[in-house]
Amino acid sequence: MAVVTGKSQRWRIAAAHVGLWLLIAVTLFPLLAVVSISLRPGNFATGSLIPTEISLEHWRLALGFSYTQADGVVVQPPFPVLLWLWNSIKIATISSLLIVSISTTAAYGFARLRFRFKSTILNSMLLLQMFPVAVALVAIYAIFEAIGGFIPWLGIETHGGLIVAYIGGVAMHIWTIKGYFETIPTEIEECAKVDGATSWQTFYRVLLPMAVPILMVVFVLAFIGTIIEYPIASVLLREEPNLTLAVGSKYYLYEQRYLWGDFAAAAVLSGLPITLVFLAAQRWIVSGLTSGGVKG
Amino acid sequence: MLVALGLLWLTFGIYASGQALWAMLILTMGALSLYVYVSSRTLAWRYLFPGVMAMLVFVAFPLVYTIQIGFTNYSSNNLLSEERARGYLLEQADVNESRAFAFTVHPDGKNVRVVLAPQGEGAPAGGYISPPLSLTGRIATPVLMQAWAGEQELGQPYTLRQIIERRDALMSLRLTLPNQSMLLYAGLHEFAAFEPLWQGQAGGALKRLADGVVYQPSRDTGYFEDAQGQRLQPGFKVGVGFANYARLFGDPDMRGPFVSIFIWTVVFAGLTVLFSTAIGMTLAVLLNWEALKYRTLYRTLLFLPYAVPGFISILVFKGLFNQNFGEINAILDAVFGIKPAWFADPTLAKTMILIVNTWLGYPYIMVLCTGLIKSIPADLYEASAIAGAKPLTNFFRITAPLIVKPLTPLLISAFAFNFNNFVLISLLTDGRPDYLNTKLPAGTTDILVSYTYRIAFTDAGANFGLAAAISTVIFFLVAILSLANLKFSQSKDQRKGGH
Repeated sequence: MAVVTGKSQRWRIAAAHVGLWLLIAVTLFPLLAVVSISLRPGNFATGSLIPTEISLEHWRLALGFSYTQADGVVVQPPFPVLLWLWNSIKIATISSLLIVSISTTAAYGFARLRFRFKSTILNSMLLLQMFPVAVALVAIYAIFEAIGGFIPWLGIETHGGLIVAYIGGVAMHIWTIKGYFETIPTEIEECAKVDGATSWQTFYRVLLPMAVPILMVVFVLAFIGTIIEYPIASVLLREEPNLTLAVGSKYYLYEQRYLWGDFAAAAVLSGLPITLVFLAAQRWIVSGLTSGGVKG
Repeated sequence: MLVALGLLWLTFGIYASGQALWAMLILTMGALSLYVYVSSRTLAWRYLFPGVMAMLVFVAFPLVYTIQIGFTNYSSNNLLSEERARGYLLEQADVNESRAFAFTVHPDGKNVRVVLAPQGEGAPAGGYISPPLSLTGRIATPVLMQAWAGEQELGQPYTLRQIIERRDALMSLRLTLPNQSMLLYAGLHEFAAFEPLWQGQAGGALKRLADGVVYQPSRDTGYFEDAQGQRLQPGFKVGVGFANYARLFGDPDMRGPFVSIFIWTVVFAGLTVLFSTAIGMTLAVLLNWEALKYRTLYRTLLFLPYAVPGFISILVFKGLFNQNFGEINAILDAVFGIKPAWFADPTLAKTMILIVNTWLGYPYIMVLCTGLIKSIPADLYEASAIAGAKPLTNFFRITAPLIVKPLTPLLISAFAFNFNNFVLISLLTDGRPDYLNTKLPAGTTDILVSYTYRIAFTDAGANFGLAAAISTVIFFLVAILSLANLKFSQSKDQRKGGH
């Protein structure tokens, strides 16, 4: 549109730029600060934002190496960050795979097959998903304690139990995949049926290969969702070697033992890959956002 | 088929251990899955079953179970069922010092023999000897002792140190005397008869053998009690009706903190949504301004707080706000010469929480509003430009009215989400600083969910029942919000359908 730009317009643009940069500075300050702190020697040195002296001691500790101070004292890594990262990745990968396979089949059922109470089930799923997990923690704890009495590898303090607990959160993903399935024309599947394919064959051989992109998206979403999950993990896992990153990270910042620099390195190390994945998946996440999901 | 058999075996195991309810549940689930995958009439359910089952078991069931726990006295004192609490008490035993024997361990080839000798004044003569034993690992079977009066030569007895080395094996020994009484390890020098403290009575009561006092199980309080109301530990789990709710709303010591926490929860969620909407919407409008350059760059940079995992950015803020070592106070100190105690002062702590949560929350609103503004037809702005409208008029007359309707249900979800934003409170302040002189610890920055978590998992007593009662209250609040939300989006859909 062609609008005449006057002098006041130029002033306004300049003001907008200044305002935006100020806000960006405030927004990025914590992120930049943590990078600089991770490179600064000592655990509570308050120095300039751009470190005058670069030290890799925190990074060595975060990567699991010990570090020798100038006075000859050997500092051992305070926490097994890499083990926690591995735990997180292991749990997130397995549960995301399970979530994708479960929600894909369910979404196929909802999108293509006819049965009674379909819309009732779909709506109650949405309603159920609105209840935050954090509120049912007591029950979840009690349930897994009971399960653990019979199947030890699914009880408290096990990764199996945590993975199983995460499978419950499939409603959003079922909706996403269902929406995608509904955009694929049914003619192709009908042709396959005419050729004598069973329902499972049409699903597995015809529909699924066409839906690979959305499955990737759902996998990434589920992966990020489980990696940043804190409440359930904090209830089910208590022992240090078992923890996930989300639960373990807070141990760096105890009042009595304040490992600010070490935390900064561990945070950058573990946060950067997740952030990059998130930015890469941003396009799909944003389209999913408008349908009502909120990130924690 | 194998799966079905496995499930059946599991069910039986659970049933055998006395958990009939759980066994029934698993049996029903197993039968249902078998039916779904074998019957030809349930084609659709073959696809739905795993997903729907997962939601029922791990989302719906915990909700129902939470409500149920809210009506019980489930806590660390009342953890066990009545039978298991009784079983635990019946297992309690005391050493009978008058029937203790000194023991020595003698090598016998590769094995050892344990010799018991009577001790104390007026002890009966004659000891006992065990068959050759191998003192490695735990010894599960009872060892039959034989009467012995020193007939055969034995090696030198083990020294104290050698005994300590084999203590684990010795502790697992159960020595049976010819008169069938059982002796257990009772210290580095003696084996002694253990006598049970309690005896089961008809009707589930317990009698203390020492003085004959009978403790009746009380299904109202969940404890074994004597006539004077003295309680035994541990108690057991019973239904207590509305006692938890009565305590929550009736007991002034509970109600005070509960009401303040509730008010702060609403204020916190409301202000968070208000601030992030104000910033997010302004940014969305600004970044939609075509005269502005570098908009994509700005948008990406401003989106960053959303991309960083929440648990990391919250902890980063926790460090930055630290009173003595934090960068924020370093800057404030350098510029204004002040060092606010962000974590010790309730008002400052609340301010900090709102600052952090606005930082975390505005990109979400910004992304939402950007999408909504894009869908506004451009000719509306052209018309207003021809009419000579100023940007502010544009915003209040065109943009705001058009995006407010689709935005409302999303803002309600955001409110509901922050109402239960456990991660933020738990990682940033953990609810602290606490209120002084409350019975159960309660924090000034606690919101309802984090308060529930503290009652259930961190403070002494682990009062699951009370925590579940609060959770139930939260359920109803969330349900009301969700229904309001559904109504908003439905009325929107209907309007769409009408066009």
